[in-house]
Amino acid sequence: MPPRTCTISLTVNGQPHVAEVEPRRLLVDFLREDLGLTGTHIGCEHGVCGTCTVLLDGASAHSCIVLAVQADGADISTVEGLARDGELNPLQDEFAAKQGLQCGYCTPGMLMRATEILAGNPDPTPGQVREAIASNLCRCTGYQFITEAVVGAAARMRTEKEVAS
Amino acid sequence: MKPPPFAYAAPATLDEAVGLLTEHAEAEPRVLAGGQSLIPLMNFRLAKPGFLVDLRNVAGLTGIRRAEDEQGDVLAIGAMTTLAELERSPEVAVAAPLLAEAVGLIAHTPVRNRGTIGGSLAHADPAADLPAVALASDAELVAAGPGGSRRIPAAEFGRGPFSTALTPEEILTEVRLPVWPGGHAYVKFSRIHANFGVVGVAALAELDGDRIGRAALAVTGVAPTAIRATAAEQALAGTEAADVAATAATAARAAVAGLTPAGDLHASGPTRVDLARTYLRRGIELAVARARNER
Repeated sequence: MPPRTCTISLTVNGQPHVAEVEPRRLLVDFLREDLGLTGTHIGCEHGVCGTCTVLLDGASAHSCIVLAVQADGADISTVEGLARDGELNPLQDEFAAKQGLQCGYCTPGMLMRATEILAGNPDPTPGQVREAIASNLCRCTGYQFITEAVVGAAARMRTEKEVAS
Repeated sequence: MKPPPFAYAAPATLDEAVGLLTEHAEAEPRVLAGGQSLIPLMNFRLAKPGFLVDLRNVAGLTGIRRAEDEQGDVLAIGAMTTLAELERSPEVAVAAPLLAEAVGLIAHTPVRNRGTIGGSLAHADPAADLPAVALASDAELVAAGPGGSRRIPAAEFGRGPFSTALTPEEILTEVRLPVWPGGHAYVKFSRIHANFGVVGVAALAELDGDRIGRAALAVTGVAPTAIRATAAEQALAGTEAADVAATAATAARAAVAGLTPAGDLHASGPTRVDLARTYLRRGIELAVARARNER
């Protein structure tokens, strides 16, 4: 039989990591338990609620249904990587300003999914945002303020990009 | 919950992967593709494989290309191609729009980013959409095993819920979809947007002048596997395309006659029959309208 643990090397929020993991270690537990990155929350543990969403090589993934060994060689982004030097990024800022969260449990997953949405479409309509965040459950807000936050962040990010260029 | 312990390998070649499945047969090994169905089942401990053979490092299992073979013009899709890649592919949109439409209705982006065409077909969930697409398209599924490679017609692939013609040592490597010249439609009923369908219908219609020359229909949710609706196909062949509103209703009734699916918590048996009839009618109408460039 192959060894009981596997060595994986991956990048998380720009930081390289090499770790020894059991094959059954879920990516979300690796992030939370082994790396101490508890910003990624665990919800349903079967890939339905979107709470544990992270970006794996830039594409959203439910980290509760990805094994850590499957992420060997991958570039992972979690909610901890969004702020820069203590400054919230525009998405985080808009979620706070527009009250796109109440209990906050779904927020890390929502932010990562929203990051992917805006990377693919910098100017989404509210309808497109609603369709796209259907992958993530929120039991508090009714999604209205989340949609407004994502649309608001998109506008700010477009302006910042124009200023920068 | 968390998966029970298992041994794991991510071999670099198909031969090694087949070898591992053979060598570790007593551990009831499973092939890991995208894991979007298998890992949830392992989290629930409904599946407890003692060994996982991950295909992620095996070269040559991804990609979408047009090819010519004895089936004619086909779209050959590597088994490890993700649903997101299919969704974005201009080649799929042109050569297999039925597949593109079905993929767009499967779960949400995070699942489509990782789930694969081969994984879904080999997993063979009775509510899954891709088996119906493969069946209606007369696809061929290519499997690699200890004795080499073989092609399995989609009609012979599904054996029952979570059961296929693949032997325990075989790995699905490619899906070959004949390019269809006519109209298409994938329609399904789900309790919640993007959930598994209660009933799904894959419909293809090819015109011969003003008449329906050939129709191919497959339905999920009314039998242990997706099934071809041959009675409806026969009822449609040769009818006036302009009369489709009437002929689709008749054909859909013919298709569900005699079906007695089991009910479950999602829908009773009779509800499934009613839904199948309705979605067959809608699928046929849409496929024919598209064949006539009306929609």
